[in-house]
Amino acid sequence: MSKTSRTSITMPSSAKKGAIIEIRAIAQHDMESGFRYSEGGKLIPRDIIRVFTCTYNDVEVFKADFYPGIGANPLIIFTTIATETGTLEFKWSGDDGYEAINQAHIIVS
Amino acid sequence: MRNLLLTLVCGCSILFFGPQVEAASDNGKQALQSSYQLMSAENKAMQDDPSLNPAMFWVGDGQALWDTQVGKSNKSCASCHGDPKKSMRGVATQFPKIMNGKLQTLEGQINQCRVGAQGTSSLAYESKDLLSLTALVAYQSKGMPISVKETPQNKAELQKGRQSFYERMGQLNLSCAQCHEERAGLKLGGAPIPQGHPNAYPIYRLEWQTLGSLQRRLRNCMSGVRAQQYEYGSPEMAQLELFLAWRARGLPLESPGVRP
Repeated sequence: MSKTSRTSITMPSSAKKGAIIEIRAIAQHDMESGFRYSEGGKLIPRDIIRVFTCTYNDVEVFKADFYPGIGANPLIIFTTIATETGTLEFKWSGDDGYEAINQAHIIVS
Repeated sequence: MRNLLLTLVCGCSILFFGPQVEAASDNGKQALQSSYQLMSAENKAMQDDPSLNPAMFWVGDGQALWDTQVGKSNKSCASCHGDPKKSMRGVATQFPKIMNGKLQTLEGQINQCRVGAQGTSSLAYESKDLLSLTALVAYQSKGMPISVKETPQNKAELQKGRQSFYERMGQLNLSCAQCHEERAGLKLGGAPIPQGHPNAYPIYRLEWQTLGSLQRRLRNCMSGVRAQQYEYGSPEMAQLELFLAWRARGLPLESPGVRP
């Protein structure tokens, strides 16, 4: 897996104050479990995303730990409350220096 | 309520996507059915919603490769073909196709362009780059019916493909047709047997945890019946792909599809 990869965020671009918004965050990643062997019989080292965090105007609103049992290209769907206009930042980090960052803006009225 | 909802959902999907296409396979009577119809509601949603479909990452990678200049000629795909949204629209529905006297699959044609026009190396089957470019090209034909026809040029190849389809092979001594024509719609173990139409490739197969080509899927079946697998990129593969495309003509492409 490369040091970074494609990610995609799906969420509303605007919402009423106090509304619950659904956020979908998907990252391109092989999620190599570390339990598989190559055709030559060698153990393929673990290479997974370890942590996913979402900050809303620099306040952490969601965090998830990832484990080897999670499949490739993991998708996370979660909700948060639209409190103020601003930026949500999504960050995936994992083995072998993997890091991917994505952002989305929301206008709260 | 949930049951009622499900029934409604299923009912609708049959109305919209149902087998309205005229029967085209050799056995004549069976209406064409995409294996999409056999999937769970969750898997269908995963294919239909670009924000859920993991294969869209490959389409994005494919677009990046499309615009990258490579090889001696320092040309990108875009140098000749421009915007794939325009130039590649409907292209995937015509493959495999006779190009300069040789039967080419979509993957084969991409490699032909790389070696010929771009002056660089061909890409290995199932490599990320080849899958990405194939996904990008196939995606431009999403929703368009497969339009492979029998022509004087491809007649002989089509006949060989048909032979492969009906020929028993492997230690289990089974032909493609015995499962995917005679027993399509029944079950093998717990899993439904699809009619075996190549209308969503390249597919993101959950079992593979990645994108894969039609040839990878065909090699799966061949290993399943304990047969000698056709090589990637071999003429036999192209002929079989041609027959399958012809057999599924009229069925809309779903590329890039999701399958369990």
